Amino acid sequence: MDIQLKINDIPLTVPAGMSILDAARTINIDIPTLCYLNLHEMRLNNHIASCRVCVVEVEGRRNLAPACSTPVFDGMVVKTDTQRAVLGRRTMVELLLSDHPKSCLTCPKNLDCDLQALAADLGVRNITYEGEESEFAIDKSSLAIIRDPNKCIRCRRCETMCNDVQTVGVYSAVGRGFETVVKTAFDLPLHDTSCTFCGQCVAVCPTGALMELDQVDKVWKALNDPTRYVVVETAPAVRVALGEGFGLEPGTIVTGKMVAALRRLGFDRVFDTEFGADVTIMEEATELIHRIEHGGRLPILTSCCPAWVKFFEHQFPDLLDIPSTCKSPHQMLGVLSKSYYAETYGIDPQKITVVSIMPCIAKKYEAARPELGQDPVTPDVDIVITTRELSRMLREAGIHFDHLKEEDFDHPLGESTGAAVVFGTTGGVIEAALRTAYEWLTGKPLENVEFEPLRGMDGIKEAVIPIGKRDFRIAVTHGLGNARTILEKIQSGESHYDAIEIMACPGGCIGGGGQPYHHGNLEILEARANAIYQEDRSKPLRKSHENPAVLKLYRDYIGEPYGEKAHRLLHTSFTKRPKI
Amino acid sequence: MCNNPLLKDPYQQLDDYIDSIPYKKENLILILHRAQEIFGYLPDKVQWHIAQKLDLPSAKIYGVVSFYSFFTMKPRGKHVANVCMGTACFVRGSEKLQKEVESQLGIKTGQTTEDQLFSLDSVRCIGACGLAPVMTVDGKVHGRLETTADIKQALAKYRPEGTPEEAKGSNSNI
Amino acid sequence: MKLKDTGELNELKGQSLALLKNRRISSPLTTLEALGKPRHIMVCGGTGCHASDSPEIAALLKEELNQRGLSDQVEVLQTGCFGFCEKGPILEIHPDNIMYVQVSTTDVADIVEEHFIQGKQVERLLYVDPSSEQRLASDFPFYHSQLRIALRNCSYIAPEDIREYIAADGYQALAKVLFNMSPASVIEEIKKSGLRGRGGGGFPTGVKWELTGQGEATQRYIICNADEGDPGAFMDRSILEGDPHSVLEAMLIAGSAIGATHGFIYIRAEYPLAIHRLEISINQAREYGLLGEKILGSDFSFDVDIKYGAGAFVCGEETALIHSIEGARGEPSVKPPFPAQEGLWGKPTCVNNVETFANIPPIILRGSDWFAGIGTEKSKGTKVFALAGKVNNVGLVEVPMGTTLRQIIFDIGGGIKNHKSFKAAQTGGPSGGCIPTKYLDTPIDYESLISIGSMMGSGGLIVMDDSDCMVNIAKFFLEFTVDESCGRCTACRVGTKRLHEILTKITEGKGTLDDLDSLEQLSKIIKDTSLCGLGQSAPNPILSTIEYFKDEYLAHIVDKSCPAGVCKSLVKYKITDKCKGCTLCTKHCPANCISGSVKEPHVIDEERCLKCGVCMEKCRFGAIVHH
Ligand SMILES: Cc1cc2nc3c(=O)[nH]c(=O)nc-3n(C[C@H](O)[C@H](O)[C@H](O)COP(=O)(O)O)c2cc1C
Ligand code: SF4
Ligand code: SF4
Ligand code: SF4
Ligand code: SF4
Ligand code: SF4
Ligand code: SF4
Ligand code: SF4
Ligand code: SF4
Ligand code: FES
Ligand code: FES
Ligand code: FES
Repeated sequence: MDIQLKINDIPLTVPAGMSILDAARTINIDIPTLCYLNLHEMRLNNHIASCRVCVVEVEGRRNLAPACSTPVFDGMVVKTDTQRAVLGRRTMVELLLSDHPKSCLTCPKNLDCDLQALAADLGVRNITYEGEESEFAIDKSSLAIIRDPNKCIRCRRCETMCNDVQTVGVYSAVGRGFETVVKTAFDLPLHDTSCTFCGQCVAVCPTGALMELDQVDKVWKALNDPTRYVVVETAPAVRVALGEGFGLEPGTIVTGKMVAALRRLGFDRVFDTEFGADVTIMEEATELIHRIEHGGRLPILTSCCPAWVKFFEHQFPDLLDIPSTCKSPHQMLGVLSKSYYAETYGIDPQKITVVSIMPCIAKKYEAARPELGQDPVTPDVDIVITTRELSRMLREAGIHFDHLKEEDFDHPLGESTGAAVVFGTTGGVIEAALRTAYEWLTGKPLENVEFEPLRGMDGIKEAVIPIGKRDFRIAVTHGLGNARTILEKIQSGESHYDAIEIMACPGGCIGGGGQPYHHGNLEILEARANAIYQEDRSKPLRKSHENPAVLKLYRDYIGEPYGEKAHRLLHTSFTKRPKI
Repeated sequence: MCNNPLLKDPYQQLDDYIDSIPYKKENLILILHRAQEIFGYLPDKVQWHIAQKLDLPSAKIYGVVSFYSFFTMKPRGKHVANVCMGTACFVRGSEKLQKEVESQLGIKTGQTTEDQLFSLDSVRCIGACGLAPVMTVDGKVHGRLETTADIKQALAKYRPEGTPEEAKGSNSNI
Repeated sequence: MKLKDTGELNELKGQSLALLKNRRISSPLTTLEALGKPRHIMVCGGTGCHASDSPEIAALLKEELNQRGLSDQVEVLQTGCFGFCEKGPILEIHPDNIMYVQVSTTDVADIVEEHFIQGKQVERLLYVDPSSEQRLASDFPFYHSQLRIALRNCSYIAPEDIREYIAADGYQALAKVLFNMSPASVIEEIKKSGLRGRGGGGFPTGVKWELTGQGEATQRYIICNADEGDPGAFMDRSILEGDPHSVLEAMLIAGSAIGATHGFIYIRAEYPLAIHRLEISINQAREYGLLGEKILGSDFSFDVDIKYGAGAFVCGEETALIHSIEGARGEPSVKPPFPAQEGLWGKPTCVNNVETFANIPPIILRGSDWFAGIGTEKSKGTKVFALAGKVNNVGLVEVPMGTTLRQIIFDIGGGIKNHKSFKAAQTGGPSGGCIPTKYLDTPIDYESLISIGSMMGSGGLIVMDDSDCMVNIAKFFLEFTVDESCGRCTACRVGTKRLHEILTKITEGKGTLDDLDSLEQLSKIIKDTSLCGLGQSAPNPILSTIEYFKDEYLAHIVDKSCPAGVCKSLVKYKITDKCKGCTLCTKHCPANCISGSVKEPHVIDEERCLKCGVCMEKCRFGAIVHH
């Protein structure tokens, strides 16, 4: 049913139930928002109407109406630009700022902050009502996320994300009145909670209240230390998003420029996490076949997402034996750099620093997990920085990114196939594994390597794929809430799958917590996913087990996939953790 | 088996209670009331226990407990005094009453005396406005507390026998 | 014993009438003749009297009567509030029609001896009418202008015995609704009566029922809002303590009218007596089959549960209340959707106030025309006020809409305490405003109160005299809202805090004229932008005091003085020439800032004075003044 209304004297017809905000957008009138966030595909709808910066005048109404959460009605007359409405909005921003540090110049969110942009747009020139400011301790407990509640505007997006989408429930509004702020249970440091460090809360926080732990300086330090041999690796999802940090269209593939830029920064070797991804497939596909052949427990769950790993450790400790024991690709690449590569080229592994450029915040935490190293002083990966941190670093170094000439990764740990690229988006890991498992199990070449049913933004995707005599029941989920749904079904015996891919971030790593901010525009994620598939198609080799460098690795160094040495270097174990 | 409810492990008591009610997550507030009755207050450990039992995130429980002023996360004194700060009492001098009680107990509102004998809090109208200004101690209403002596007398009832009787002081208006 | 049909209800009523047969004829619903023995002593068991030992008095009375061998001739019963709390504890003896006031435990023996054995009134326990100085046994002027509909049974029946309620026409309205009316005609009747919500908003009750009953739904709920958070109001709890069944009956009626089978009473955990009586009533109603399956043999089933608040004023707001019942933080949410569309667990829900419900059975029994004949054009019926503050007769009063403030404060309330002069009346609690002398003659109803910058609210009515500082009162209310803001929206979470800070500045003598402008401007913006009623009305106490008592603000800001002598930082203590030089004050001054030799006039060093006021209290010669 359509209804008619007027906004700023412009008549328009929109479907009933639409909000004033969306109705106004249809006629290119923008109303500012701060708390409101509707990421439909992720099933995130934060419409708690708390910030009040979207208020507009509605004829016949006593007070101003929040445009984000007021449905239109037939005959409604809305004014978005009256003095009353504008003053109301500006006062809200002033009130927010009156209880907020005015330290934008040194804030990590500077120039990428919704609150700051709003203050600029609304022409806030002074803070009329000053008074007491809240004081909270900054939580630096974790190796992934810094929480600075002093910059929190109580929009509760993080709470909605963590509760409704991720179902981890780390945050809640705590206290009442002026003291209200979003906190963890019992105000515990984030490190001591069930937080998975997926970083999705960071991705939606409009201010600098939630940020990744900045490790750029550590990278600079390593690069400037002549005794260190600094190796860098980059995840598949980075190359389709990094360009956004330099004003390029979302989905622009910048692999070659990125490699060139990293070389300019002074890295000794520029490797590709995709090599690690191809190795992961060798291991995981073998593990799957091994479980099938030896009556092991099914389904096998992917384990390349550290946030997902931490999630099941806290939430499903009784299912610890079903995920694959494979390390994640960047950890594999890290350990191979410090073993295979070091041995082959005669470099002292103790002198190698491995830096990972990731779309991911959880990988900062993962790299520090004690079991992920050959020994306590040789972690697989030393430093993890996100896509956002890399673009900051490149700006710091004054590199004109857009004008760089494309370059190639270094050998041998820079070679990869299309199967490794698709790791970057939801469905990719399973698709890559199937490409290999199919050929191994049937002995026949796989003609069509693209598994359409496993692609796209649906929260839970399922497919039955006949391989040889057996039908493989596959599921793909992304977002931890969807993962929970599937795991509960497995627990209750309702579902029977053979293999499930799980990624913590909606959309997979292209939507990772360390990627350039999408500011609520999910078309950006779609563009990145498309770029991933485009990159896959452009590769001459599209199956991991065809990667010659990988085959050489097994021949010369590892031996059998899933064999003894593989176990030692490429596999890991999981730990039961309490649910907080 | 010991059937004396007073001797039963408090966590067991709480679990028994939770098991006895039809809806659980929906009755969180009721459960918290009961838990506070059993434990006297709601420390993190008890909240965490409830979270596990109800399969709710601890943060949610903490958010709820911290929202309602009836719930306390700090242990309380043996006797809880509440000065009414409702409007009727306010216009009849409850601000002074509050100050005087604070000074007699040597604590601020929201605190507990060192000997754990008294906790002091405020309430908003207990419906005895005719007796304003009023204070309740352990639910018992003491009205028309207009002089220091009135207050001393009211509090003395809760002091153990033999403690120095301070009520003999002056009868000045507060 | 389950009542199977209306016949059995009426039979029980017939039997129960004996209980009431010799009570004072006060219920507007029942006509009874005084029939002699046994006589009843009704001891007020309302919170006020409860607090001043009425349960002990009742127990002692029973014991004494027992000892004197009178227990079969005189029965002692506990009731709800008589309204006249100022003079509590109160007891009334039927059918003698005699009320004793300010009774204490030491009076018990005399009452039994003089009243029951010697057969004469205990003179000293009779109420003294201040104007005529006569002792009155009943029919005090306090009750003269009152009309008790919602309070009809309070103090008349013993609330813990369902038979007394049934005898007083209880559950007759339910029977009428179940067997002689259609849901639509019930709603129509309530609409026609003009009853509006007594919880504050004044929304037409019949319309709310209609909206909740509309459309398809698998379940609907009735909620009775007994949160009563207004600091200084006790109407709802008094009704629940004095006549709990009237609320249960009304919830049943509402349930049958809108198609709900379950109801919740959301009550503050701080109301133990009301909770206790409600629990008893619910159990009795279940026992008599008035709650449960197939009530009175009809097809209608309904049950009620009690839900407890936990100390959050904002949970009186209906969406917050619903979230609280659901076990969450009591934060309000945006409307629409209204509870009538999407309420408790997403189902259509009708939230009504206790007093609103208490009006329902009489409307059904006596008809909408009767009810609509009381009150003003847009506000029908009566309103219960909790009259308190600087007034002689603090208590619970029920008056027809349209009664003036003057009638309530002076005729019923007996004027201002201690012969001071009236300054303002505060209605509507933290959402309301302060009404000055010039509006004393405004007939009170929803609209008139709003037009003079206040509101009906739930019925708190606090009287203030010239010793009250209006800036300080505004600050008091803002402190309340800052404390009670749920913290969800910017306007209220930060805004009310800032208002309170500005007010504090002014009361400390640090305010500027710009602050006064800011106060007004920010108040208006907060009203305009807040999410829920709490924030939308929180600035009202400020705006109304600025409007009517601007001179007081200016005195604080410009003259740096507090005319009422309340704001400590602005008060100055001075020793006048009445000083005899007794040195008493010097001994007590905590700041040691009074000097002077024996028998010489003393002086206060203003710089060092802490303004504690001790010296003034101590001086026996009235030599110390403040200004
Ligand atoms: C902050 C706030 C507090 C409220 N407190 C109460 C209350 O204590 N009791 C009540 O009945 N209504 C209260 N209300 C009004 C309710 O939201 C609701 O309108 C009322 O319960 C509806 O019942 P009625 O239509 O019978 O009045 C409050 C509203 C607000 C905004
Ligand atoms: S969060 Fe935004 S507004 Fe706040 S200091 Fe940082 S950049 Fe500035
Ligand atoms: S332009 Fe002026 S204010 Fe800005 S940084 Fe330079 S000197 Fe400072
Ligand atoms: S990082 Fe993920 S799990 Fe941790 S708080 Fe944020 S959203 Fe929740
Ligand atoms: S931390 Fe960020 S996302 Fe969470 S409530 Fe605060 S401002 Fe919003
Ligand atoms: S989905 Fe990717 S980006 Fe997100 S947490 Fe997992 S590994 Fe990191
Ligand atoms: S107005 Fe106040 S109480 Fe209401 S939602 Fe906003 S912060 Fe909460
Ligand atoms: S008011 Fe207090 S401090 Fe000031 S002079 Fe008197 S006793 Fe001393
Ligand atoms: S107490 Fe009074 S009379 Fe005595 S010295 Fe002080 S001011 Fe003078
Ligand atoms: S965006 Fe509408 S209230 Fe925050
Ligand atoms: S205001 Fe104190 S009892 Fe009512
Ligand atoms: S409580 Fe007894 S008269 Fe009000």
